[in-house]
Amino acid sequence: MTMIVLGSPLAIADESAPIVSVRNLRVAFDTPHGAVEAVRGISFDIAREKVGIVGESGSGKSMTGRAILRLTPPKARVSAERLDLHGQDLRALDERAMRLVRGRRMSMILQDPRYSLNPVVRVGEQIAEAYLVHRRVSRAEARDKARAMLETVRIRHPDRVYELYPHEVSGGMGQRVMIAMMLIAEPEFLIADEPTSALDVTVRLQVLAILDDLVQSRGLGLMFISHDLNLVATFCDRVLIMYAGRIVETCPAAELRRARHGYTRGLLESLPRIDKRRDRLPVLERDPAWRDAPAVSPREG
Amino acid sequence: MPLIDIRDLRVSFGEGVGAIRAVDAVSITIEEGEVYGLVGESGCGKSTLLRALAGLNPNWSGAMTVAGQILGPRRSTAQYKLMQMVFQDPYGSLHPRHTIDGLLAEPLAIHAIGESDRRIVEALDRVGLDASFRFRYPHQLSGGQRQRVAIARALIVEPRVLLLDEPTSALDVSIQAEVLNLLDDLRRSQKLTYLFVSHDLAVVTHMCRRIGVMRAGRLLEEMTVDALLAGGTTHPYTRHLYRASAGYDRRLADTAEVLDDSDEEIA
Amino acid sequence: MPTSVETQTNAESPQPGAGIRNWLTAEIPGSAVQARAQRAYFGWIRFLRNPLAVVGLSVIVLLVLAAVFAPWIATHDPLVQNLATRLQPPSAEHWFGTDQLGRDLYSRVIYGARITLYIVLLVTALVAPIGLLIGTLAGYYGGAIDVALMRLTDIFLAFPGLVLALAFVAALGPGLENAVIAISLTNWPGFARLARAETLIVRSSDYIAASRLQGASSGRIVGMHIVPMCMPSVVVRATLSMAGVILTAAGLGFLGLGAQPPSPEWGAMLSSGRRYMLDYWWMATFPGLAIVLVSLAFNLFGDGLRDVLDPRNE
Ligand SMILES: Nc1ncnc2c1ncn2[C@@H]1O[C@H](COP(=O)(O)OP(=O)(O)OP(=O)(O)O)[C@@H](O)[C@H]1O
Ligand SMILES: Nc1ncnc2c1ncn2[C@@H]1O[C@H](COP(=O)(O)OP(=O)(O)OP(=O)(O)O)[C@@H](O)[C@H]1O
Ligand SMILES: [Mg+2]
Ligand SMILES: [Mg+2]
Repeated sequence: MTMIVLGSPLAIADESAPIVSVRNLRVAFDTPHGAVEAVRGISFDIAREKVGIVGESGSGKSMTGRAILRLTPPKARVSAERLDLHGQDLRALDERAMRLVRGRRMSMILQDPRYSLNPVVRVGEQIAEAYLVHRRVSRAEARDKARAMLETVRIRHPDRVYELYPHEVSGGMGQRVMIAMMLIAEPEFLIADEPTSALDVTVRLQVLAILDDLVQSRGLGLMFISHDLNLVATFCDRVLIMYAGRIVETCPAAELRRARHGYTRGLLESLPRIDKRRDRLPVLERDPAWRDAPAVSPREG
Repeated sequence: MPLIDIRDLRVSFGEGVGAIRAVDAVSITIEEGEVYGLVGESGCGKSTLLRALAGLNPNWSGAMTVAGQILGPRRSTAQYKLMQMVFQDPYGSLHPRHTIDGLLAEPLAIHAIGESDRRIVEALDRVGLDASFRFRYPHQLSGGQRQRVAIARALIVEPRVLLLDEPTSALDVSIQAEVLNLLDDLRRSQKLTYLFVSHDLAVVTHMCRRIGVMRAGRLLEEMTVDALLAGGTTHPYTRHLYRASAGYDRRLADTAEVLDDSDEEIA
Repeated sequence: MPTSVETQTNAESPQPGAGIRNWLTAEIPGSAVQARAQRAYFGWIRFLRNPLAVVGLSVIVLLVLAAVFAPWIATHDPLVQNLATRLQPPSAEHWFGTDQLGRDLYSRVIYGARITLYIVLLVTALVAPIGLLIGTLAGYYGGAIDVALMRLTDIFLAFPGLVLALAFVAALGPGLENAVIAISLTNWPGFARLARAETLIVRSSDYIAASRLQGASSGRIVGMHIVPMCMPSVVVRATLSMAGVILTAAGLGFLGLGAQPPSPEWGAMLSSGRRYMLDYWWMATFPGLAIVLVSLAFNLFGDGLRDVLDPRNE
């Protein structure tokens, strides 16, 4: 029997064995105007690595992450041919078993910290609570751990910030509070949905370094959702590019700037550049053919 | 005479030992028609400065003059018209139970501006939305469309200054390009002055000619974008900011900590 | 006078008469009225997907119909005594049997719907606005106002509802109106608490800041921005608390402190039936069933409403 000791490397035999494996995942919504498919059959594996998911707003990035954790809205219909965590079929778990998986073994840094934090509870207590849910520890221990966690995510005055309500912290602090909350239970797999969009570049570097360390030293699997192509290109190992609910291209992160797909090229073009001043930014011209392009196989790239 | 003149602005939160100076003796002047960029690390007080200037937080000290009017802690209705703000989060800044029409009609009602029908259609048109959006609810719009509505609402009272608090950081890059282009066009056509907060140096250098760098409540330095690009920064933090903008770099992350510690000692 | 814009958009969207359904499901609403109607229509469709809530609503509709058309539905006069036919079991003549004074139980239960509805509506009309007002003011202004108002609600909340209602009725004297006042007094703090909690969440949001920036007065912000956000939960709470109101009213009636005889109030009927329960089961059973059924219906309906009104479901 394998016991996973936390804080130490996870017991995984093979470096490249997938932690999470997804095949043909679909998420659809019934709307008054007919069914809308937000995710249209995507497949990928994530091992002990940093996988970036990029794509424009509404391309289904968040829904993909939410579907893995079963956090989709009640209206959503989710189906998949495979949805495994370390070979365990997540589709077979009931809601109670899933709650044990969520937060403890897999967690998700939600996109919008302001909406994901309880507005009437102090942020420090929310972090401590996240720890208490999964650990048999005393309140005082949880509190200390939460304080330490705030320090880990580079919050300058952790004692002061512990006592603040969500509307009293700045946008970037809220985001780091969220990260602290999700990392405190030391999960094996983390979905980070735009985790650093409100952070300035210097703090962002430090927070990313924490995630990087967790991947290197503890073997965390990281799914990194972002629309910051520069960041993904430099931080991740691999990149999946999504368009209209499909993966249209995958490539090693270092080669993102040489991507071939018209959509990826368009996204790259529309970035403002420090080194190249332009009067107007080119706006993405969408090609209807992109929608119907065949999905890319999970192993490629 | 500058359009915006902020002198020695201080804003604190809390009292006694737990008190924090979120903005500490900041002075900024902005000329009419200028786009002034404010960058700095998260939690350094950029939003707090903007909110004090806008009149959302009456607890400040110092002096602020906008368009020749001396601003006090409480604003008159006319003074509110002078400056409007666009918030970072397009999902949180539109009332979920009001239609776009209702959102745009409210400022017109408050300021007793007539011809609201014509003005609403015009305001939507100006931000590139056609009349079909008029009676939708915010949840029926995408993030970029919402941000356009927020800009339309800010502009409908015909302010002279627009305070932009990270207006594109919640948007993806293709929409960001649209919104930045739009802001640029509007500034020209409506003769607006922008105070533009962002943590994305690429966006700031694209939009602005002059920037101020903030850290822990203070204004570290001001410079032109050209000087920044030419490497003419004096403060190590600004240099670091510039280098960190290139993307993720493990070694840079580690030096940031060194920078952090040395800074604590000064403070 | 319709402006050019309105006429234009109206011409594009189908007219109501041409097909209400198309008008309600049009992707692009052409007017504020249409936008609101669409919102209500989609809410209604969502509501219909919850069978239990529909059952609850049906029972409530039946209750209202029974109350309105009582004289036509009832087979007898609810107050006329006939000692010759006292304590009759249910039969073709007396569907629910008769009570100890020979009154027709079926007719009394039907007329009792009027009293129940009267209590429920009156309590809600008193309690929801008061609770909403106090809660939003406390939440929006905060500080001393908040402390004062919340201590006041704490005092009321410290006592169990029925006990407090009993105390009030004892002080005011028994009777239907006094029972309504007593129930209202025990009910508003819950609404105030709820409205305050919602207000605290809404108060710090950017859209409130945005309308303050436009120069909106505090009254306008509370009335036009905060109250609409509190409304859904207050409405849900009101429906859910109706079950409690009915039970409390019945409880007061049962103890002889609510509606006074000979009025056919369900609680009072249950109370008088209790004495005859062992030999004449129908006397307590039918009013009791009516109480259970209607309070259950309000609960089911409230649950359904909650799903529909929750903005996250849109
Ligand atoms: N409750 C819902 N009902 C209907 N459609 C929905 C619902 N929630 C999301 N969608 C649709 O699902 C699609 C995918 O949304 P998702 O949140 O995954 O986008 P995203 O890629 O994360 O975008 P962003 O960068 O803006 O966060 C969108 O097109 C959206 O319209
Ligand atoms: N209402 C408040 N009560 C207490 N402290 C506050 C309040 N609002 C802001 N602060 C504090 O003031 C400081 C500055 O916050 P501010 O929101 O101005 O930062 P910012 O520069 O906009 O950061 P970001 O880029 O992350 O949005 C932070 O330390 C924050 O915790
Ligand atoms: Mg998303
Ligand atoms: Mg901010």
